[in-house]
Parts: sequence; C-alpha cells; structure tokens
Amino acid sequence: MIMTKIKENITTGGIWKLMEEIYDPEIPVLSIIDLGIIRDIQINNNDIEVFITPTYSGCPAMDIISMNIRIALMQDGFKNIKITQQLSPAWTTDWMTQHGKEKLKAYGIAPPLRKRFDQKYLEELKVECPLCHSQNTKLISQFASTACKALYQCNDCLEPFDYFKCH
Amino acid sequence: MQNDLFTYTLHLADNSLIMGHRLSVWTGHGPMLEQDIAITNIALDLIGQSRNFYQYAATITETDATEDSLAYLRDSRDFSNLLITEITNGDWAKTTMKLFLFSTWQFYFFQQLINSSDKQLAAIAEKSLKEVTYHVRWSGEWIIRLGDGTEESNKRIKAALEEVWPFTGEMFLPAEYEKSLLNNHVSVNVSDIKNDWNTKVINVLEEATLIFPGDKNTWMHTGGKDGIHTEHLGHILAAMQFLQRAYPGCEW
Repeated sequence: MIMTKIKENITTGGIWKLMEEIYDPEIPVLSIIDLGIIRDIQINNNDIEVFITPTYSGCPAMDIISMNIRIALMQDGFKNIKITQQLSPAWTTDWMTQHGKEKLKAYGIAPPLRKRFDQKYLEELKVECPLCHSQNTKLISQFASTACKALYQCNDCLEPFDYFKCH
Repeated sequence: MQNDLFTYTLHLADNSLIMGHRLSVWTGHGPMLEQDIAITNIALDLIGQSRNFYQYAATITETDATEDSLAYLRDSRDFSNLLITEITNGDWAKTTMKLFLFSTWQFYFFQQLINSSDKQLAAIAEKSLKEVTYHVRWSGEWIIRLGDGTEESNKRIKAALEEVWPFTGEMFLPAEYEKSLLNNHVSVNVSDIKNDWNTKVINVLEEATLIFPGDKNTWMHTGGKDGIHTEHLGHILAAMQFLQRAYPGCEW
C-alpha cells in the first residue's frame, strides 16, 4: 500500500502546524500562516475543509497555494479535501504575523507599516530602507513586482526596494 | 428576481473583465517599465474581480455555466459592460482618463455594494474596494501630471477628456434589472453616487488645470448595460475568445 493512512488522533492544531510549511510562491520566505491566508480549518472524520482568503482578487499565487495545500493534505492521508475561498472579511496586512514581518524585512522587502487599512494610507509614508535602515526614501511606483508591493528607492544608499503595501 | 441577480452579477463581471482586458494590452508597451508594471497589476486586479463575479454568477444560474463559459462563450449582445470599458485605449492619456473616470465610479459603487443584502456581492465589493482605491490614486495622479505638465501632455489629456466624457453618463443610469433589485436592497442605486463622483472628478480635474465638462450639453452614449455595444466589443471578444472558440474546452 502506497497510500498513507491518516495519522491517529489528527487535530486541527496539527494541520495548522502543517500549513506553516507551505510558502507563498512569490515571496518564498513567508508561509501562508505568516501571510494570514488561512482563515479556518475543519476536520470531520476523513473530510477536511480549509478556508482560505485571497490577498488580492487577481493574485496568481492563490491557485498554486491551493494546489500545495491539497498536496500537503493528501500526503497526510486525507482523501476528501475541500478548499473554500472566503472573501469576507477581506484580507488585510494586519493579519500578517509579526514573525512574518520580520522575515520579510530580513529578505529585503519593507513590511507594511500601518496597523489598519484606512484612508490615511493614501498620505505620504515614511518607509524605512530594509537594507541601510534610512528613513530617507522615496516612492518610485505604487505597483511593483507584484500587486501587493510598491517600489521605493533609498535616497541614502540609492538601492531600490519593494515595500509590502498596507491593504 | 434570481434572473435579475444573475444579469446584474454578469454586468459587474463584464465591467471588470473588459476593462481589465483592455488594460492588459499595454503589457510590454507601457511608457516606462514601472508604469508598464503598474497598469498590468491593475489589469490583474480587475480580471481577478471579474473571476469572483463570474464564479458567483455560475452558482446562481440553473444552467451548467462556469466562470470560463461565461467569459469565453457569450456573444457581444450578452455582455452588459459599461461602454467606457470597451472603447479603445488610444494613447496613455486616453487610457488613464478612462481608467480614472471608471475607477472613481467603482470606488463609490463598491462602497455602496458592501451594504448589499446579497452577502456574496457584498463580500466581492469589500475585497475589490481596497484594490480600486489604489487604482483611483494612480490614475488620478496621471491626470494631474499630464494636465499640469507640458503643452503636449495637456493637449492630449484635454482631447482624452473630450473623447471619454460622453461615455460617463451611462454609469449613473440604472438598467431595468438594477431597478428591480433595488427593492430587496441587492443593487446599488447608481444615481445616488453621482454627486460623490462629480466632487472627486472636479477636484482632480481642477488640480490638473482641466475644465470639468458637466453633462448639461453633452450627448451621452448608452446601451452597454443592455447589450447594445459600440463596434469595439466585437473586436475585443474576437481576440479574447479565440482560443475557446477554436479549441472548445481546452485547458492550460
């Protein structure tokens, strides 16, 4: 038998732990737990339902993330896997874990600054350069390598860098 | 009621898809790399919104429609997008002008749709609004930059405003399916968002040194919401639907 049996006494806590090993394909230092994409996990005998929320409506990473969740659960022995997309409440960068923000910074992407998405985010932000930590930076483009990031440049070390926008 | 909800959801899906598809044509042709990436990201947001609406529409019809069949296998008379989304891109001025006027409409529209009694429409609105906020900001800055820029850029954005303006009236005229959904608080009363839209547009145009045209003496194009389109939609569909028409059911 190649098919693995479901582990005894599987708990939702164990599945949450398992999800920490699934990474965002676009920002591979962040797990989907760091990003706050997983909203709920429900287990009922052999059935499992995972509720995920997209970061952005058109984010192409979501399909890959769903597939990776499915593969991880299949390897854990689940057969009836349902992945449900939940749009409300809408994903916000507030759900990103502190640990995730630190990993993002170490990776060279400035983490989202404000606590909550509101009209104030439209005002000028002082984004710290993740490389030399200078506050003297400027916005180059509101949209960068992915929809969730903006492109900044440091006026001191002159390096361009990504800023993960508040959302 | 259910049929109206289906038509209404398609109207919203078609708006986002056709605008997103139009913008996507700029991919690789933007005036500079950063702006090329920006407009591509906006196109992606819009196509993502349309997927959410189409997926929902597929669940509320008794037919075996899917998000793909709704996008790729309907003909132009079945599309109910606003005409402003289908007109040609023209130059950068015209593209940013129509995006600004449309995104500002979406911005106020989704703020109302969040209160819809239809939970899924409200959820999609909540999600989309965050993205649209960035679109309004980005396109508005371009209007200001071009209007208050050089003689050439000012000339172009003025011409763009003149050309796009007659397509704005339709955004505030409810179709029959929208009116019938008002009773159950499903749809947004689009005539109610006109004032907010005007105020925002006036502010940006003023900063761009442009004159707000008003709609007193402008003949406004209508029909898109009821499937009567300009000549341009057929061309868009011919390109966009080609693959599914030529190779039915093909998948990546």
